[in-house]
Amino acid sequence: MTEIFGVPTQALFGQLLIGLINGSFYALLSLGLAVIFGLLNIINFTHGAQYMMGAFVAYLLANKAGMGYWWSLAIVPLAVGVTGVVIERLMLSRLYKLDHLYGLLLTFGLALIIQGLFRNEYGTSGLPYSMPEQLSGGRNLGFMFLPNYRAWVIVASLVTCIVTWFVIERTKLGSYLRAATENPALVQAFGINVPRMITLTYGFGVALAALAGVMAAPIYQVSPQMGADLIIVVFAVVVIGGMGSIMGSILTGFGLGLVEGLTKVFYPEASNTVIFVIMAIVLMIKPAGLFGTQK
Amino acid sequence: MAAFFLLAPLAVYPVFLMKAMCFALFACAFNLLIGFGGLLSFGHAMFLGTAGYAAAHAAKVWAFPPEFAILFGTAAAAGLGLVTGLLAIRRQGIYFAMITLALSQMVYFFYLQAAFTHGEDGIQAVPRGTLFGFIDLANVWAMYFTVFTIFLAGFVLIYRVIHSPFGQVLKAIRENEQRAISLGYDINRYKLLAYVLSATLAGLAGATKALVFQLASLTDAHWSMSGEVVLMTLLGGLGTVFGPVAGAFIIISLETYLAQLGAWVTIVQGIIFVICVLTFRRGVIGELGNWLKKPL
Amino acid sequence: MKLKRSIIAAAIAAFAGTASVANAQVSDGVIKIGVMNDMSSLYADIAGPGSVIAARMAIEDFGAAKKGMKVEVLFADHQNKPDVGSQIANQWYDVDKVDAIFDVPTSSVALAVNEITKKKGKAFLVSGAATSDLTGKACSPNTIHWTYDTWMLANGTGSAIVKTGGDSWFFLTADYAFGHALERDTEAVVVKGNGKVLGKVRHPLNAQDFSSFLLQAQASKAKIVGLANAGGDTINSIKQAAEFGIVKGGQSLAGMLVFLSDIHGLGLDKAQGLIFTETFYWDLNDQTRAWTKRFVAESKGKYPTMVQAGVYSSVLHYLKAVEAAKTDDGSKVIAQMKAMPTDDVLFGKGAIRKDGRKLHPAYLVEVKKPSESKGPYDYYKVRATIPANEAFRPEKDGGCSL
Repeated sequence: MTEIFGVPTQALFGQLLIGLINGSFYALLSLGLAVIFGLLNIINFTHGAQYMMGAFVAYLLANKAGMGYWWSLAIVPLAVGVTGVVIERLMLSRLYKLDHLYGLLLTFGLALIIQGLFRNEYGTSGLPYSMPEQLSGGRNLGFMFLPNYRAWVIVASLVTCIVTWFVIERTKLGSYLRAATENPALVQAFGINVPRMITLTYGFGVALAALAGVMAAPIYQVSPQMGADLIIVVFAVVVIGGMGSIMGSILTGFGLGLVEGLTKVFYPEASNTVIFVIMAIVLMIKPAGLFGTQK
Repeated sequence: MAAFFLLAPLAVYPVFLMKAMCFALFACAFNLLIGFGGLLSFGHAMFLGTAGYAAAHAAKVWAFPPEFAILFGTAAAAGLGLVTGLLAIRRQGIYFAMITLALSQMVYFFYLQAAFTHGEDGIQAVPRGTLFGFIDLANVWAMYFTVFTIFLAGFVLIYRVIHSPFGQVLKAIRENEQRAISLGYDINRYKLLAYVLSATLAGLAGATKALVFQLASLTDAHWSMSGEVVLMTLLGGLGTVFGPVAGAFIIISLETYLAQLGAWVTIVQGIIFVICVLTFRRGVIGELGNWLKKPL
Repeated sequence: MKLKRSIIAAAIAAFAGTASVANAQVSDGVIKIGVMNDMSSLYADIAGPGSVIAARMAIEDFGAAKKGMKVEVLFADHQNKPDVGSQIANQWYDVDKVDAIFDVPTSSVALAVNEITKKKGKAFLVSGAATSDLTGKACSPNTIHWTYDTWMLANGTGSAIVKTGGDSWFFLTADYAFGHALERDTEAVVVKGNGKVLGKVRHPLNAQDFSSFLLQAQASKAKIVGLANAGGDTINSIKQAAEFGIVKGGQSLAGMLVFLSDIHGLGLDKAQGLIFTETFYWDLNDQTRAWTKRFVAESKGKYPTMVQAGVYSSVLHYLKAVEAAKTDDGSKVIAQMKAMPTDDVLFGKGAIRKDGRKLHPAYLVEVKKPSESKGPYDYYKVRATIPANEAFRPEKDGGCSL
């Protein structure tokens, strides 16, 4: 059996595939953040808490309303997206004229509140969420055993990412949105309701976070702190990809998943930190990110 | 303010006050950078943590007397400040914040792995020693006045810096960088100097804290500590002189006296953040100063 | 300038004021016990408010009121941070006149409180923390380590599994001091039992995704995958192990540190078959069941973990010792506690060694299949009982100087 750096090639392929799967999850997770920052210039620190809410609402739907996974995929993003709309209307809209800093601090504070409330109510050991029947089990690919759910994650992430990118970069609605954030006064003069578009965009970004939460519920622990640990990784992805670029975040998400996967094979202890090393390097060489343009 | 800290230990538990003073110094150092320099650093915990570990190690393993342990800790933080400053200073705004976050995460990881820090157990049982060879710091009053002196010295230094020509240039850079460049100032050097100064004083706070609590742990280098100092400064008032002290004091009091409420502490902190950002942007001292019509 | 004047005033006062202020005497009229643990994050369900309930039950069962002894309970959240914990300990001992501190999960905090308690001559009864250093390198005449420790976990789970044929292991270890200690102790036991360790991988703390590490575990073809981690990491490992078909593929999972609340959070369908060691389970016998019923009434439906049971047991014995020794001076009460044998409805009869180690039997448990569970929290089958004299590290091996 051939070996690369002491690791058998078969095992390496397995790890790379896992890395790709994780990357697709990172891409999905950072998509919402990229949309919100790219279009609205808001640094949404609440993203992690909204992801967590997505998982929790899925749990509640399953346990209190008897609605399973597939229903949750459709309903949860809408429900949590609505809370995002409320946040934007009531609080964020007042901060647009100020430094980005304040938006960041506000959303950071909101994240603390949301996480604290959920912790109070549900404790910290997490809640059980079972895998949907149709996706459980897996197949043996020869070099590894691939659970069906993980394959689903790649497919769903790719589809969502591409659809989102397409809507924003290639459709008329998307172009209105991009114009509105570059020059709101002018676009409003054309009769387009800019504040409403901004609100809906924020809601959409939040809905994406919640969608990622629902997808995470069967495989990761559903607990109030599940978002807190991921949020800085997601930030790193968006920063590295370029804070204005949606495609940048998507590609970086996948890329980072791969890099992390490789790190887990050769130096696993550092797998959480390698992302920050890359972030620091990218920021020093090309601060606008790999695909971004300096704002 | 000096009088307050002088008399307070008669009524309030001195260890609590020492903690408040260390964090107040930390927040003042942070405020120097953001309130007056306009640079938001998300990685200040790395200075607190580095100084804490350096001082604790020096005092415990190398048996340095306390004054040298604190100096060593502070110097370590200054060194780290120089290195990270050189890497970060050329970027602005959110990019600067992100680089400092990334660097601080790497520092955290280093401390997690390094053998001398004992990981999450931290360096425990750090001896306080005898100051200058004759003041026994195990005596809580001796320790208290030492911390008080250090705090006051740091505070006065910051005050002088803010009101010096250097401080004026810094404020000018914060207001309008292009104009400052056009006037011939080497803005990067000024920003770097402010950054290193901020790092050094944050380190002083960290080293002192390590001796007060006689331990140095990972929490001091964790990114949530960076978030806490932002909260303290914001609450107290960015860009005010006394604001960070008030902010630190309030937050530490909250944490101590609400410790019984468990999860509510983070909820309350979150609410404070939200309220401060939405309606209370000048912070406690800032609003007070606005009301009294003079800068505080 | 105003500032200059106040500096001079401060400087004078600073050097003049090194006189010590006399601390008020420790009150002997009230016995104050402090329950310090994590109330809001990782370990809130393992200890948390449940420990306070357990402490109150112990005071009630001791009959303090009838004996004319006043006992008060304080509690605080140390947030798993050693500096917060040491600040609370200092404040409790100096200002609030607390006589004894109980529980304290998170070994780094426990070690800090251990030092402070020794310095101030109070008493510290550890239920939540795991580090066996508390009765080893860091042992103290003011501390008793009650419920469990890393050596017991490694030995109980490790040797029992090796004896039943699990002789090849792969470790999934959390990359921090505690995880390393668990891995090291369990590896020693496996090797002693003629087993082999086929590989190990260290994952960062709070890693969400374990697929990569589980893949390596699968590839090693070890019979047993040892999870040397705790809390959310263990839960994620188990959840994803089910997803990757580790158990279906013929390997078994061994949890090194698992609590009832973790199983509750996982659900039996994911956790079934997991083997680990605990020193208390609510369904052991009629007495534990009766006690649990009272506990559940107070805790809004949450069943007790071994940590919370340990708080009950240690508070009860502490109060008995205070009564016998007629003082609440920490060092004297601890000495008295070691002199008296222990007996309570939860841990049965036991004893406390000179090095501060409390001795009681340990139970090797296996998680039931969903079909085998007949009621709430009916999660474990008891596979074996390890007698008290074998469950814990022999006194001479600890390195304690007491």
